[in-house]
Amino acid sequence: MADIVLDHVSKRFPDGTTAVDDVNLKIGDGEFVILVGPSGCGKSTCLNMIAGLEDISDGQLRIGGRVVNELAPKDRDIAMVFQSYALYPHMTVRENMGFGLKLARVDRAEIDRKVNQAAELLELTELLDRKPANLSGGQRQRVAMGRAIVRSPQAFLMDEPLSNLDAKLRVQMPTTVARLQNQLGTTTVYVTHDQTEAMTLGDRVAVMRAGVIQQVGAPEELYQRPRNLFVAGFIGSPAMNFLPGTLEDGRLRTPLGDVVVPAEMRAKLQRAGAGRDLIVGIRPEHFEDAALVDGRLADGLTFTAVVEVLESLGADKFAYFRVEGARATAKELEELAADAGTGDAPGSDQVVARLDPASRAREGQQLRLWFDPGKLHLFNPGNGAHLTL
Amino acid sequence: MSTRTAAKASWAAGNTIVVVAALIPVLWLASLSFKDPSTIADGSFLPRRWTLANYRGIFQTSLFTRALVNSIGIALIATVLAVVVGSMAAYAVARLRFPGKQVLVAVTLLIAMFPAISLVSPLFNLWRQLGLFDTWPGLIIPYLTFSLPLAIYTLSAFFREIPWELERAAQVDGATPLQAFLQVIAPLAAPGMVTTAILVFIFCWTDFVFAISLTSTSASQTVPAAIAFFSGASQFQTPIGSIAAAGVVITIPIILFVFFFQRRIVAGLTSGAVKG
Repeated sequence: MADIVLDHVSKRFPDGTTAVDDVNLKIGDGEFVILVGPSGCGKSTCLNMIAGLEDISDGQLRIGGRVVNELAPKDRDIAMVFQSYALYPHMTVRENMGFGLKLARVDRAEIDRKVNQAAELLELTELLDRKPANLSGGQRQRVAMGRAIVRSPQAFLMDEPLSNLDAKLRVQMPTTVARLQNQLGTTTVYVTHDQTEAMTLGDRVAVMRAGVIQQVGAPEELYQRPRNLFVAGFIGSPAMNFLPGTLEDGRLRTPLGDVVVPAEMRAKLQRAGAGRDLIVGIRPEHFEDAALVDGRLADGLTFTAVVEVLESLGADKFAYFRVEGARATAKELEELAADAGTGDAPGSDQVVARLDPASRAREGQQLRLWFDPGKLHLFNPGNGAHLTL
Repeated sequence: MSTRTAAKASWAAGNTIVVVAALIPVLWLASLSFKDPSTIADGSFLPRRWTLANYRGIFQTSLFTRALVNSIGIALIATVLAVVVGSMAAYAVARLRFPGKQVLVAVTLLIAMFPAISLVSPLFNLWRQLGLFDTWPGLIIPYLTFSLPLAIYTLSAFFREIPWELERAAQVDGATPLQAFLQVIAPLAAPGMVTTAILVFIFCWTDFVFAISLTSTSASQTVPAAIAFFSGASQFQTPIGSIAAAGVVITIPIILFVFFFQRRIVAGLTSGAVKG
């Protein structure tokens, strides 16, 4: 068991690109930390540097208090689970799991004992004499996990270990992984591009963008108090809605209507030195069907919109509607849209609201919606900073 | 008749023609080796009078038996060296980024295309100066020159097919780069190594140009060179029967080699390594 400290760690490639830029991250002993971000944000490079598979250009990496910058992977006492599982195809499951111990010259009886123990934990006992080619995807994934835990290393590094599983297993496996980590109490760094996976798994989540850590915190903190536009747009599903806004005489003009800015928020804006133009962020669940809002109706803003699509999920209803002139533009939002690969990622003029299932909203019909201005997130469109934290 | 049967029939016919065309000279050679000297020129495909005298003859002359030992020794050493050195080089070409890699690959290709015959006279002089003339190393070195490019090309193609993550996994599991190579990469590249070994072995085993020019005695003469020195019972008689018998004898190891390793060459070993 050990803590992992990244102290001003950077990675520059020979062609001049900076993949990881001055990352500072302390991963406590036994902690489960997730690195999350869109593809190419440097999260895998970070993990590879911790593993020793990539050189560190700058900064210091310490595992258990020991500087390991110059150590080969084999001397770092870590185990890694790869996205492709990387099982040795010419070895049986037993040999795959025992390979690390065999290299460490542990005696055979001890290897057998440890492999059997790990196999039991992962329900692999019956598969021990099979070759990887004869295993299903989920089984291969478990063998890869088994290979990591057999060695009882100082830390587990996991590089998108679930992204090759089929949809059903992907829902089950995070719980298995979390339970396993709890049981073993081993420090774990887990890389994923899937923010839902990150939110459900981690003690703490670090959101990365373009080689820079944007924010580190508990899942709720990232969700409720995103430090900037990127984190706000990346965390949460469906994503936060972003609208352009203008600040005029204490009133905020948005495409949904004008809002009187609460005094507390106004003070924060002043302190942050906010300009006239802002980006307004609203989480889908902060909208409500006006018909279902009782006493608080006057405290918020009501507006009407035509519901384009209505998704009924039982516990929730998601209403998608379009608002004229609602396209907020910022570099961060374009990046997020590009990563999602869709036009209706955050930044398009479609707005989504999560409604109470009792709502009588109908597709193609007008709906009166309400929201609480106190729940708004206001961002600086220039640098993406959150102005009202 | 359906089109599928027709297609099958035409494939079968085509294959038969190719196989027969390839086998007739070999069978002719085999037939000659069993013929009695008096019937050797009778033009009959099957020997009229069978004899093993030709085989007995060549195995009784030290010229052939010594040459056989030389051939086996030289070809095996050259093959082992080519595969060992070649797989290291091929691994570097397939996996590492280093300055001058393109140049290295281009030069390798250039060497492979160089006409061997043009090297013979310079090598002859050089080898005599260096004392390598008529020695085993004297043949092994030029064989390596021409078989290494081949080995590097075939092996790097095989290495490229092996997922890189396997090697990273081995490193994280505690393997040194050498252990990762020997215990993970090499077993997976085994089919490639065997294929390469067969190709290199055949090249060395059948070479005539270097063997005839760079050797002079039974100290290093290989079979193809020794055959040229076979003599008949009198100077007016060509030793066709003995040559044919020697030809058959040296073809057998190659046939065995290929038969034995065919399965390994064909079988893909990497299935199940990664997803999918």
